[in-house]
Amino acid sequence: MALSGLPAALGSGRSKSNQYLTVALFALGSLLGLAGTTWALMQPQAPFLMLPWALPWGQFTVAIDPLSAFFLLLVFSLPLLGAVYSLGYWKQADHPENGRRLGLFYGLLVAAMAMVVMARDAVLFLLVWEIMAVAAYFAASVEDGREEVRQAGWVYLVATHVGTLFLLTMFALWHRMTGSFALELSGNVSVKTAGLIFLFSLVGFGFKAGLMPLHVWLPGAHANAPSHVSALMSGVMLKMGIYGLLRMTALLPFCQPWWGTTLLVVGGGSALLGIAFAMGQRDLKRILAYSSIENIGIIAMGLGIALLGKAYALPALTLLGLGGALYHVWNHGLFKSLLFLNSGAIIHATGTRDIEAMGGLSKRMPQAALLFTVGAVAISALPPLNGFAGEWLIYMGMFGTLSSPGVPNLALAAIAAVVLAMVGALALAVFVRLSSVVFLGSPRSSAGSQAHDVHGAMKGPMVLLALLCLLLGLWPSLVAPLLDGAVRAWAPGMAFDRTLPQLVPQQWISWMGLGLLFLLGLGYVWYRTSVRKRGAVAGRPTWDCGYGQPKATMQYTGASLGQFMVKLFAFALAPSASPVRIRMPFPKTTRFDAAVVDRVLERWVLPLLARANRILPRVYIFQQGQTHVYVLYVVIFTALLFFLGFSGVVR
Amino acid sequence: MSMILLHLFLLLVLPPFFLGVINKTKAMFAGRVGAPFFQPYYDIAKLLRKEMVISSTTSWMFCAGPIVSLVTAILAGLMIPFGKMPSVISFTGDFLLFAYLFALARFFTTSAALDTGSAFEGMGSARELTFAVLTEPALFFAFLALVRLSGVLSLRGMLTFGANSLFAIGNVAPLVLIVLGLFIVLLAENSRIPVDDPNTHLELTMIHEVMVLDHSGPLLGLIEYGAAIKLFVLGALTLNLILPLGPLPLWLGGLLWFVGFFLISVIIGVIESVMARLRMSHVPTLLVTAILLCGSAFVMLGR
Repeated sequence: MALSGLPAALGSGRSKSNQYLTVALFALGSLLGLAGTTWALMQPQAPFLMLPWALPWGQFTVAIDPLSAFFLLLVFSLPLLGAVYSLGYWKQADHPENGRRLGLFYGLLVAAMAMVVMARDAVLFLLVWEIMAVAAYFAASVEDGREEVRQAGWVYLVATHVGTLFLLTMFALWHRMTGSFALELSGNVSVKTAGLIFLFSLVGFGFKAGLMPLHVWLPGAHANAPSHVSALMSGVMLKMGIYGLLRMTALLPFCQPWWGTTLLVVGGGSALLGIAFAMGQRDLKRILAYSSIENIGIIAMGLGIALLGKAYALPALTLLGLGGALYHVWNHGLFKSLLFLNSGAIIHATGTRDIEAMGGLSKRMPQAALLFTVGAVAISALPPLNGFAGEWLIYMGMFGTLSSPGVPNLALAAIAAVVLAMVGALALAVFVRLSSVVFLGSPRSSAGSQAHDVHGAMKGPMVLLALLCLLLGLWPSLVAPLLDGAVRAWAPGMAFDRTLPQLVPQQWISWMGLGLLFLLGLGYVWYRTSVRKRGAVAGRPTWDCGYGQPKATMQYTGASLGQFMVKLFAFALAPSASPVRIRMPFPKTTRFDAAVVDRVLERWVLPLLARANRILPRVYIFQQGQTHVYVLYVVIFTALLFFLGFSGVVR
Repeated sequence: MSMILLHLFLLLVLPPFFLGVINKTKAMFAGRVGAPFFQPYYDIAKLLRKEMVISSTTSWMFCAGPIVSLVTAILAGLMIPFGKMPSVISFTGDFLLFAYLFALARFFTTSAALDTGSAFEGMGSARELTFAVLTEPALFFAFLALVRLSGVLSLRGMLTFGANSLFAIGNVAPLVLIVLGLFIVLLAENSRIPVDDPNTHLELTMIHEVMVLDHSGPLLGLIEYGAAIKLFVLGALTLNLILPLGPLPLWLGGLLWFVGFFLISVIIGVIESVMARLRMSHVPTLLVTAILLCGSAFVMLGR
């Protein structure tokens, strides 16, 4: 089973010959992986493998328990669709300079993620974690001829390594407490260290997952990567951060209430601010990237509920919170991939990422418009699609806290439901804005005049993703056994007396979804047969209160649609706008600019780094660039170590 | 079975009548005789028979909006009990679906409005989307408080717990707050004064009416009908809290409930007659008040 990830990596290595071979080998690897994961899920005991290992520390240990398997299914399926999509989207013939590089690192990235999920040893984990991070850098910055791509790549690289530093510290603490690097349940961890380990993994994995305010790398990297890589990063790679957090909280022998509370606060903040920032953007893929921050926040809130359930020994809470969070992991993977792949098609067709230059694309790209609407409805968590089915579980967990009154932490969890409701309304607004500014109305520029609909290799994966969104929305009990297994693997010490379908009536979600679709179908039939037959006067312009010649520039723009909401959140977004003054009776043409920049990155992180750049050159004195000086350093350092070793300070 | 049919009958037939009541009240305040109570029925019937104009800018989304908003309102209505009449559908967690069905309608109505490419309808959509960001938290605070009060996670249980705990002395204060908060949500969601003015069409100041500016004929009929049902359903949500019918016989309970709803419609009519619409930038303050009302109710119950 450990080798199942390898064909993908090997396959990509051979991509020099041609792209189809790469994708075929990648598909073979993924399918083998899927088959292996299914096999592993059917075993009564989690399959475990230990191989000899040449490094002095750690061991090569991998295992697949239901929690790993849940993430593995995601790792082996979504990137496969992205790879098929790339056959139409990133044709090697069109990109001779970077097609091979992309194929290679795409495969490596996916294989590394599969290993991350399976690794059961801290050293091995960090190793594959780094491979994943670096492979993602190379895959995301293939167009490094462009300045902004390079910049986004650097920010990502710095952020991911700062995150890894925290993970290093965390695993060092782990080693100190348990005496080994093995990632298995351990009893001798003190309360204080456990708290520290939790905090360090929250920060370290939070960087990867993109929790606010550690998200600085995310919007730029997602916006500037090729679309199927964005889909892979957003749909799968962010989830590796979630997985890491889950794994560490599963390994710690106990759980304290403040962990859950912290996650609820951080998750709620990420969700609310992430989606509020999305409202202020005009770059198609940046909007999607900020909405990933929101969705990661929602997942973190579910995880917070689960931690509270674990801390207070309430199995129902744990099951609902974590079940909902994991369900959302899959759901977000599906609809966000759908939207990113779709955005790739849009960018392909229009040649721009600026939504204010689009409009009316549904006339030229009807299938893309329909698929995008499915994704937008799903990501706004509306019934009957999968986003609702997942968030419903998280909500049930939050409302479930009301049945044990008198615990302040749980009251906070209940209030999280209100935050989630607000996030839901904002997400809806963001996606109505996005899909209508892109697809509805009339074209705002000539960008889309040559647009063509999605076809061939690009269409298949998108249709499949949309169908999966519908399937998981209509049939939540399909995933329930997997969720049950994963939750039980996460909290082995808890006594779960009921399964998810026994706890909440998921079948009602199915029935109501089907009922909704049936009624909508009836409405459609009524409209087609009775209304349209009687005829409609078509071919007239929009009435527009009687104005005879509406123009495309008179339409509401994305910025104006979002303005009211951006104002509501001005305290956090700090939108900048150039003031307009009209002086003369016959004013001349004037300009108005408004923008919402990432406050954390632009106002805090970059100024901090600039400052560091001014101060730190003093360290250059040690960096002579001459070999013998470095040899001297080595000698001094070794001597120091010897001294310390013999004097007994360090053993 | 007969109860289900009766529930469906009430849900599908009664709503436009209360629109008539509101309009009659407003007419009386203005010193007019006003249109008959059944005028909304005539209007809808007339619209359904007309032909319609469809702008060449629009796509399928334009037609999907009205259909989705009607279907979701009906489906949400099936989950609400009408006084003594239990809801047709009830399950644990149905109140979440209830809230999200209206969100689904919002997605499609605002998209349909933006589909026309008109600045007016863009403004309406922007406002509708923005105000929902503030009404949803109020609604969910109310749900939290009601779940805490009743201990059940379904609308039927929340709203018909009636005689047991409702009028326990400690519950009156939070309940009053919830009802006030929900009433503001009701006004905002149904585009009534002081949030929106259902009568003005050409002002730049409204929300719902400006979004449907380009719909005509049967599609407009569907919108009006759907709006009536939405008012009825959200009104029923509030009324069930004010009017715990407890052990009364069905006919008497039904009568009381009808009178109660009549009074709510009159109150809405009175508000529309004596108040002006708020300035658009002040609406968020009102909605935040609703959040605070429902939130304080929850905090009071959190002992």
